[in-house]
Amino acid sequence: MLRFLARRLAIAVPTLVIASMIIFALQQLLPGDTATALSGEERDPEVIAFIREKYHLDRPLPVRYVLWAKGVLQGDLGESIRLQKPVLDLVAEKLPVTLQLACMAMLIALIIGVPMGVLSAVKQGQTADYVANGIALWGLSIPNFWLGIMMILFFSVYLGWLPASGYVPPSESLIENLKAMIMPAFVLGNAIAAVMMRHTRAAMLQVLQSDYVRTARAKGVAPLAVILRHCLRNAAVPIITLGALEFGQLLSGAVLTEQIFSVPGFGKLMVDAVFNRDYATVQGVVICTATTYIVLNLMADVAYFLVNPKLRRA
Amino acid sequence: MGVPLLDIRDLTVAFASDGGTVHAVNGISYALSEGETLGIVGESGSGKSVHVLAMLGLIPMPPGRIERGEVLFQGRDLLTLDDRALRRVRGGEIGFVFQDPMSSLNPAMTVAAQIVEPLRIHLGLDGAAARRRALELLDLVRIPDAARRLDQYPHEFSGGQRQRVMIAIAIACKPKLLIADEATTALDVTIQAEIIGLVRELKREIGMAIVWITHDLGVVAGIADTVQVMYAGRILERGPVDDLFADPRSAYTLGLLRSLPDLAGGTKGRRLQPIEGAPPDMRDPPVGDPFAPRNRYATERCFREAPPLAQAPGAAPGHLVAAWYDLRGLLARERAAP
Repeated sequence: MLRFLARRLAIAVPTLVIASMIIFALQQLLPGDTATALSGEERDPEVIAFIREKYHLDRPLPVRYVLWAKGVLQGDLGESIRLQKPVLDLVAEKLPVTLQLACMAMLIALIIGVPMGVLSAVKQGQTADYVANGIALWGLSIPNFWLGIMMILFFSVYLGWLPASGYVPPSESLIENLKAMIMPAFVLGNAIAAVMMRHTRAAMLQVLQSDYVRTARAKGVAPLAVILRHCLRNAAVPIITLGALEFGQLLSGAVLTEQIFSVPGFGKLMVDAVFNRDYATVQGVVICTATTYIVLNLMADVAYFLVNPKLRRA
Repeated sequence: MGVPLLDIRDLTVAFASDGGTVHAVNGISYALSEGETLGIVGESGSGKSVHVLAMLGLIPMPPGRIERGEVLFQGRDLLTLDDRALRRVRGGEIGFVFQDPMSSLNPAMTVAAQIVEPLRIHLGLDGAAARRRALELLDLVRIPDAARRLDQYPHEFSGGQRQRVMIAIAIACKPKLLIADEATTALDVTIQAEIIGLVRELKREIGMAIVWITHDLGVVAGIADTVQVMYAGRILERGPVDDLFADPRSAYTLGLLRSLPDLAGGTKGRRLQPIEGAPPDMRDPPVGDPFAPRNRYATERCFREAPPLAQAPGAAPGHLVAAWYDLRGLLARERAAP
């Protein structure tokens, strides 16, 4: 197990390095120039030169990369040119928001998707199966922005139960925080729940036909216990894989949903940074996202270990 | 002999399929005494496995359906029991061993957890007591170093050992009846012999009755008191193992025996004789004796009317056959002719 983890971590390092290089190089292809953008209306050549020097923009690309990477290794993600703030502070400010949103969305997806998938597999070909499949199809085909707007219309405008947008830190008021987050979380979770349901159903159908499920029933195990003890664990691998992927996607920013509900998360930070040619911020966000992805994949691998004893020996 | 342990009467099991209703089991009746070992022989689709799975509610319903019949186990009709009561019978009073030991154990649970499960459900054993009993059971099925292996997973066991674990689970609650469904089919021949030897020993210790389902007559010879030959959802012949092997009365039984390589008393160098033809399409079963189309001894009546299962004339008591023709007479005439 430890050796396996060490191997995985060893692979993670070059992955991160390559990812950071790619993003660093790609940014140079963006039209526009930071120094010019920052220098204001007059475009004073002296000011531009000063900015160029200050942010090492006059140095060749590889040198700039090394300078930046050195900073990252020391925990310094650079400074946002636009906001005049350390990128690390920006990330630290936005990450908890996105993290909370992602966790809530994932929780909603699991709570809806997994039981619905189990139910439709157990009741295959019966009414419950068709209803669950119908709901899943609905969840897959509804665009996030439309569902978001409709929810705002219904719960905020019509019923007036929830705030239409905005964000309250949980430290201020947990209730208000949850009220603000529940709609975007549901919109994000809803789409994932549909995919989750389909995968759970497929995995469960396979497991339900297996010989060991017949053995369990021949032992006199009650139907619910057959599902909970014997099936779910064996059906868990595809669900974990999907969960890790979707969670990673959520963390890299649910741009559209964050925009609709004005949630100040990663997605918004990233979009703003790209528009402002705020390279340091873009790089910082990307490197954080990539790291989170890798950590999540690692966690998924650990989860495989826990559900599949065969892997433990390898 | 008193009340039999298991008394199946006119059991009929059907499956709905695209091509119509398939009668997998066609009104079979037989009884099993306490402590008796019954070998049920037949090819795939003969209904030998389906009827035991169906009577314990282990076939998917739908598409499966029990059309009629009674299955009296210790006097109670299993077919009328509710789910709860039937679950108490399964694994408690009737133990099951299935064909493929590679896939019949849950890969994500330790062996201990899987053996403890029936103990907890049926005997209310828990914690240390259950674990102690699980250890005893692994010892009983002769798994070496049982204490260490208790916490291992199925993939850490060989095929033969897994089947031993399956047997340990099946006998965990000291059942009255053990049903082994092709329990040795997936194993090497040497392991097969070991498993059969083990079951025989366990039978002596526990005193349970056994239904041993197989397509292999050789295995039956090694374990059964009584043999029952099934074909197309019917019983064609049934009798004490020695008598049935020495004096088969159904042409199908004879065909099975002749397709075996050199069973005791056979002649060396004799050509194996396959049974001509193929089993009937069960969506459209033949009228009359289902084996008639493949039977060169079939009479005209065989194609019209299904023969009842009745005492074979001149055979040992309890040797029953379903045939209109007299196989013994026909064989004697064949031998007499040059």
